[in-house]
Amino acid sequence: MAKKYLHIHRLRRVYVWELPVRFYHWLNALIILTLIVTGFYISNPLALLSKQEASFKYTMGWFRYVHFVAAYLFFFNFIFRLYWGFVGNKFANWKQFIPTSKRFIKEMWTVFKIDILMLRKNGQQQEHLSVGHNAMAGFIYFLTFIAFLVQCFTGFGLYAAMSGWWLPQLFAWVPAFFGGDIVTRQIHHWAMWFFILFTVIHVYLVFYHDYVEGRGEISSMGGGWKFIEEEVFEQKRHHTPNPEH
Amino acid sequence: MNNDAFPKQPTYYEEVLRKGYPRRDFLKFASMMAAFIGLEQTAIAQVIQALETKPRMPVIWLHFQECTCCSESFIRSSHPIVADILLDKISLDYTETLMAASGTQAEAALKNTMAKYKGQYLLCVEGSVPMGADGVYCMIGGKTSLQILEEAAEGAAAVIAWGSCASNGCVQSAKPNPTGATPIHKLIKGKPIIKVPGCPPIGEVMAGVIVHYLTFGRIPELDRLGRPKAFYSKRVHDSCYRRPFYDAGLFVETFDDENAKKGYCLYKMGCKGPSTYNACGVMKWNNGTSFPIQAGHPCIGCSEENYWDNGRLYERASSFAGFGIEANADTVGKVALGVTAAALAVHAIATNIGKSKLIREHEEEGRESEHELEA
Repeated sequence: MAKKYLHIHRLRRVYVWELPVRFYHWLNALIILTLIVTGFYISNPLALLSKQEASFKYTMGWFRYVHFVAAYLFFFNFIFRLYWGFVGNKFANWKQFIPTSKRFIKEMWTVFKIDILMLRKNGQQQEHLSVGHNAMAGFIYFLTFIAFLVQCFTGFGLYAAMSGWWLPQLFAWVPAFFGGDIVTRQIHHWAMWFFILFTVIHVYLVFYHDYVEGRGEISSMGGGWKFIEEEVFEQKRHHTPNPEH
Repeated sequence: MNNDAFPKQPTYYEEVLRKGYPRRDFLKFASMMAAFIGLEQTAIAQVIQALETKPRMPVIWLHFQECTCCSESFIRSSHPIVADILLDKISLDYTETLMAASGTQAEAALKNTMAKYKGQYLLCVEGSVPMGADGVYCMIGGKTSLQILEEAAEGAAAVIAWGSCASNGCVQSAKPNPTGATPIHKLIKGKPIIKVPGCPPIGEVMAGVIVHYLTFGRIPELDRLGRPKAFYSKRVHDSCYRRPFYDAGLFVETFDDENAKKGYCLYKMGCKGPSTYNACGVMKWNNGTSFPIQAGHPCIGCSEENYWDNGRLYERASSFAGFGIEANADTVGKVALGVTAAALAVHAIATNIGKSKLIREHEEEGRESEHELEA
């Protein structure tokens, strides 16, 4: 029996992350982890000494090979996600990421107040419930897409000198644009840290939302489901930061 | 040098014979040059014909803010004919370092050459041009470098930016660049400019450019940064004989360790070979004797733009501007990671306080449901 002050919420199940989005997400996570690990080795290789002749070993060669293969997968996975931003459901739409309306900016401010500053309203603790990305999250993902672009451009730009294929050749102008391989490599290395910091904050916030809201935030990237309180759903509060169409 | 009258220009071949070289040496030289500039075997005949029939190309060599290591490099070109004939005193109508004339005579020689061979001479510029304080940092004969450069470039067939100073500013343009040192391509427009970066550049490149121009009547093919492709399309890394150790993951850890003795890869000693485009590993220096990596020293990337400011010479790790000289990207990254972790910890604590009621409600709600479930 519920106590008087306690109202038991009924939750409504919403299919938020479609299978292609989930697939993209986990493939991306795996690839980025691979790229960071191999990238660290390439930039400052561990002293793995061996009695073997150099001709029997290919350690750096393998690390680079894995890095390049992962880079191609990352690139095509990224392209796929951009495509899905136009054909996927409303939570995957590109409008979730780019602030194109006042509502978007306003919601970002709200999220900032409620989830970061933890401000109260009339002494009441508040929560901001969104079904897909909240506006702040959407915008941060937009920044990650910019970081993806930076890594693709600088990475393939550096790779172009070692490849005859036309795809990396499309990026051959990049080192020339920045003034050489040295500085291009440095940009590539600096930008990598964005991914590390992003991952830490991203994982923390997933736990945070699940802890505070209890609506299946963590498992949503597994099954695709998120849950929203029936009354919130009924209120028809904005479910996405930007209106569709 | 005779300032008043220029005798009819002899061909390169005539000059070779006059200097006492046998034809055999001449042919060897022509084949070598053809190989250097990346021509196929059948083109050797074209090179020979050009050198036999065409009069020597007048070269004006200007020196601005530089250390003359570029000149030193080219007079030590591997084949004697390069220095002796192609770019000997007789071919260099004006070069402060090597010409016999001085003062008024030298100025007159420069003027004469510019007037007489207008549109034909090759202008070679060694050094950067100071643009700060109206150019007073480098003046010759009462003129600023910029004035001299602009006058000389006016009638040049092509301009060679010889060395890193002229190509990208080199050390004197490193921060804070007190003299406003500026590379040539930013000052001269409308002329073909061939950049030959390196500190110093390889001497043969100069000869290669001249032979190419002579043979085909145009400058060699350049890459995106304006460097001759024949010499700058590969990284030092790609032609490095220590590359197998790199691929194997075998590195020198300190200059005096066993690995250094074994000749392992110098990558971890800060070798910039993987980011540096030059032909050092193939052409080498001092008559093909050696090059830095062969001598056990990492490449410092001297032919890459801004190499003085792009991190330290003995480190691969990238410097991070604005965070002190000891900070590289990873140091800053680790600090940022620590700060982020601390901020998240604070946020986590704040959550438990700031959202205490919401969390408690959810928990009670959940417990309630659990109780309602039948055992």
